[in-house]
Amino acid sequence: MQDSDLAALVLTVKLASLTTVLLLIIGTPIAWWLARSRSRLKSVIGAIVTLPLVLPPAVIGFYLLVLLGPEGPGGRLTQALGLGLLPFTFAGLVVASVIYSMPFVVQPLQQAFAAIGAQPMEAAATLRASPLDAFFTVALPLAKPGFITAAVLGFAHTVGEFGVVLMMGGNIPGKTQVLSMAIYNHVEALEYAEAHWLAGGMLVFSFAVLLILNSRGWNR
Amino acid sequence: MTVQARFKLSHPGFCLDVNLELPGQGVTALFGPSGCGKTSLLRCMAGLNRSPSGRFSVNGEIWQDGDFFLPVHRRALGYVFQEANLFAHLTIRRNLDYGQSRIAATARRVEFDRAVELLGIGHLLERQPAGLSGGERQRVAIARALLTSPRLLLMDEPLAALDLARKQEFMPYLERLHHELDIPVIYVTHAPDEVARLADHIVVMKEGRALAAGPLTETLARVDLPIRLGEDAGVVLDAVVAEREEQWHLARVEFVGGSLWVRDGGQPIGAKVRVRILARDVSIALAPVSGTSIQNCLSAVVGEMADDSHPALSLLRLTIGPSPLLARLTRRSAVGLGLAPGKAVWAQIKAVALIG
Repeated sequence: MQDSDLAALVLTVKLASLTTVLLLIIGTPIAWWLARSRSRLKSVIGAIVTLPLVLPPAVIGFYLLVLLGPEGPGGRLTQALGLGLLPFTFAGLVVASVIYSMPFVVQPLQQAFAAIGAQPMEAAATLRASPLDAFFTVALPLAKPGFITAAVLGFAHTVGEFGVVLMMGGNIPGKTQVLSMAIYNHVEALEYAEAHWLAGGMLVFSFAVLLILNSRGWNR
Repeated sequence: MTVQARFKLSHPGFCLDVNLELPGQGVTALFGPSGCGKTSLLRCMAGLNRSPSGRFSVNGEIWQDGDFFLPVHRRALGYVFQEANLFAHLTIRRNLDYGQSRIAATARRVEFDRAVELLGIGHLLERQPAGLSGGERQRVAIARALLTSPRLLLMDEPLAALDLARKQEFMPYLERLHHELDIPVIYVTHAPDEVARLADHIVVMKEGRALAAGPLTETLARVDLPIRLGEDAGVVLDAVVAEREEQWHLARVEFVGGSLWVRDGGQPIGAKVRVRILARDVSIALAPVSGTSIQNCLSAVVGEMADDSHPALSLLRLTIGPSPLLARLTRRSAVGLGLAPGKAVWAQIKAVALIG
């Protein structure tokens, strides 16, 4: 394995881990709200969160570039905050990945929260638990299988992304080049042996993830 | 010592409009058919449903009044749901701890061991809710609610999910609660036998309104508004076992004003029981009758009379001392016997059901 491949692997794992953690933190309240709210905004927010599932990654990448570029409102904000510009940086990759993988985390969580229903939360309230207390002591533990599914899917989906990170990151070795881009570069250079190592590894990883998820499903 | 409840709710196809003053002790049954609003009323009391401009207070403590609304988790109540609603991720012991650990140690008036013993769940403590039968789960749910030392216990058809055998098994636990703990209970049910056995007071609900409310015996003996607990009008009297004749398998139970021979239910002398007497099982005579198979013949005074469901029949309220009784007879016999309020008669009671 070449040094650049190793760097891409480390970067990918780092990106996927950070993205998963951020998504669990951001996605939990969104999923909770979507599962419990009766607001009319619910279908709008739900559609926005699901959008990355159906949009071509290039479209998301393009708009993120425009939004976060020097002339975009997001870019102006990050510059004003002294963060500089996000495109073609690791931070930019994280932002793009969080948006791109959002539905894969929010949907399992939303389903898990919806499956719990209102009843256990009502029981907790009659047992003197404040809403926040009940959320942490009843809803979270009951939704644990949903959290595992969400984390695994969020991680795996981030590992596999290509279009968005290519547009946003720019394929800079050691800085924004992730595994999928490394494979692409090897194929372009006709280095099929190297491509096989990485691509085969990804195949095995993805299969293992689905195998684990499925067998958990059967055990439940 | 009262529970005051005034709630108004309206949804398409449903409205709730009640203004009740309930006793701050004993068991009050909210009785009525499905969809009459009794569960909604209970949920309003708990604060699980919010009735705008409602008012609710428990023995002087205001939980809701106008804009003031105490959130559910700050109300000193216990709530037993139709389905036990135990936390699936916690053992029985930790389910029980959940509520108890959330109240101040100084506010605890029900001991853990006492609640466990009262509901007979000691052998279940280390198990998971999923492994329990419906009746066991419901007993745990009641113990869990009691352990928050509630000032008001709300129960929403706690036996509805149980089959008949489980129900019979379960009833004695509810009766023990009733006799041994001094917590007012509001008990939602559509089952006449549960009312007859457990309730001290009754609120009869119909289409979101309270049709009648009052002490059980008095309310059931109203002739202007015969409340049918099940198939027929009748009264329920509190009594005590006074004597047992083992040879005949009979027991004599005393109520305020008289006594009755009933089939021996195995209760020891001194036990508190209830008897239920249906209006159709009571007939009237002007003098004590001899040469009859009827065991119970009591001196009574005629009270109000009212028309019954069929024009041939009338419903008569009698009193035996302070205790009321209902009798059904044809209007012809009522006229023929010259029955009028204040007249002394003999009530022949053909059948008495011993409950509890």
